[in-house]
Parts: sequence; C-alpha cells; structure tokens
Amino acid sequence: MSNSKLLDGKIALVSGCNRGIGRAILHTFLENGAIVYAIARTHGSLNDFESCPNCKPTYMDVTDSSAVKSIFMRIKKEQGRLDVLVNNAGMMKDALIGMISKEQIEQTYSVNVFAVIEMIQYASKFFKRQQSGVIINLASIMGVNGNPGQLLYSSTKGAIVTLTKSAAKELAPYKIRVNAIAPGAIDTDMLRSIGEDNVSKLLKNIYSGKLGVAEDVAKTALFLASDLSEYVTGQIIGVDGGMIV
Amino acid sequence: MTNQEKYDQCFIDSFNAHEDQLKGLEYQSSPLWDSMGHMQLISALEEQFDIMMETDDIVDLSSYKRGMSILAEKYDVQF
Repeated sequence: MSNSKLLDGKIALVSGCNRGIGRAILHTFLENGAIVYAIARTHGSLNDFESCPNCKPTYMDVTDSSAVKSIFMRIKKEQGRLDVLVNNAGMMKDALIGMISKEQIEQTYSVNVFAVIEMIQYASKFFKRQQSGVIINLASIMGVNGNPGQLLYSSTKGAIVTLTKSAAKELAPYKIRVNAIAPGAIDTDMLRSIGEDNVSKLLKNIYSGKLGVAEDVAKTALFLASDLSEYVTGQIIGVDGGMIV
Repeated sequence: MTNQEKYDQCFIDSFNAHEDQLKGLEYQSSPLWDSMGHMQLISALEEQFDIMMETDDIVDLSSYKRGMSILAEKYDVQF
C-alpha cells in the first residue's frame, strides 16, 4: 500500500516548526500532500521553505492571543477550512524543587498549556462546522511518568495528557479526533541541552538502546493526522523506544 | 437581509425561538440555551457575520441584548 500522499489537500497548522520535532512534522506533512501553515518564533528560520508553495511560514509567538486569532482568520480567508492542528511548540527548563521561580512557572505554562488550550478553542470552531478535524498535541513521557528535576515541565505535559483526553471526549460527537504523542528521548537541540553526560545516562534506560529521531515522532503525527487512524481518539501514544522513567 | 434580521435568525435557528421571545432571551433562560446551544449560537454568528469571536466575548455574550452590543462594539456589526 502506498502512503505517499496520506494528507493530500489537507490544511494543517503546526506550531514550533523552526527546529526539531516541529520541523520534521512540517517536512513529513508537506511530503504527504498537505498545505501547512507553519508557525515559528524566530524570523527567517523557515527561509529554506520559501520555494515550497504548500508551506505558509508564519512568524509569531503562540502566547500572543491576537497573533493566534490572526492566523486562524488568515486560514479562514485563504482556505476556508482547517483539517489538522498540531500543538508542538513547547519549552523545557529543568529546575529542582525549591528553585522554580514564579516567572518560570508562568512562562512554561503559558507556552506549554495555555497556548494549546487557546489554539484548540479556535481550531474547534472550524472543526465543529466541518464536522471533521484532527488535533495532535505533543506531550512527553515525562508528562506520563514524571522525572526528578522536571516538576514544572512534566506537570505541563501532564496537563496536555489530561486535556487531550477531555477534549477527545467532548469533541468526538463532532467527528473531531484528539490525540497526543508522548515522545521519549528524541535527539533534538532541546534534549542535547541537558548535557552529554545526562544523555548517556538516559540511553541506559532505553531498551532499544538508541535515542529516537524527530522523524520517528513525525511519522506518528502523520498516522494520527491521516485517515489511517480514523477510529483513534483520546490516546496518548508513546514514541520512546521502550524507555523506562 | 439586514444585520438585525441575520442576528435574529441566528437565535431563531440555534434555540428554536419565536421572534417575539428574542429580546428577553438570556443564557440558560431556555432549555436550549445551555452551554452546547451557546457554542452553536456562536458558530452561527461567526458564520453569518464572517467574524471570529474572542473567548472573553463568547463568555460575555449572556443575552440577546448583550450580544448586539458586543458585535457592534468589537466586531463592527452595525444594527
């Protein structure tokens, strides 16, 4: 069976596209026929997609409510519909209990949780009208199991797990599917920021003996965005190579 | 169709209301204007006036009359 055009003609909105997992999802969706509104914060970070007519780079901060509203208005005007929302933008700052500042808490929740809720609220307006739509949220294995030094990050991802399940239940009658991907140790800049020693320690906890790559997550996002998963909703899918936390 | 007629039609369609009931309609005053009905109304208004309402305005739209002020003040819908 060919899966080369699983998203032919679908309109997708993907956040956090400047690097890592978001960038891999962007590539994979474009390769599979989607028109992708790609959100990135850093201006110019999507310049290499300039020649791709199906890629619509949008430089904005997902915590900026007026920018969020504008991108949905733009999609409404330009396409008249939206088929897939991928909430990938996120931030991770590790800190031990007792050293987590209020500013860090507010900043991390703003990006990892509040912005996701806002995006879901706008996207579901399209989806309810269409009686179709897919939402994919990026959680984390830490959001399911927790981890020392990651109280803040893991709690935001835990929120993603539960909001995914709630949204799936509320939106299922409208034929809207909501799922989350919980990546394990994926070889991205974000992971490398914890230091090589810590990466080596992580490897010892992965049964498959290797780090994942962003494309592993992107392929799962492709499955969830496509009709191959039309009876899948409310699931948290681990992409972790058998990682123990 | 005038904007007033379009606005009224959204309420009539969403809540199965009669024209003479419209001015007194308030959120949760009718069994049909519950939270589900509210979202249906918002969807009808957005479609009818080609707007995208902000969450604070959606929550604030608590009556037929209040809805008219919100649309006029924030979304440039003239009645």
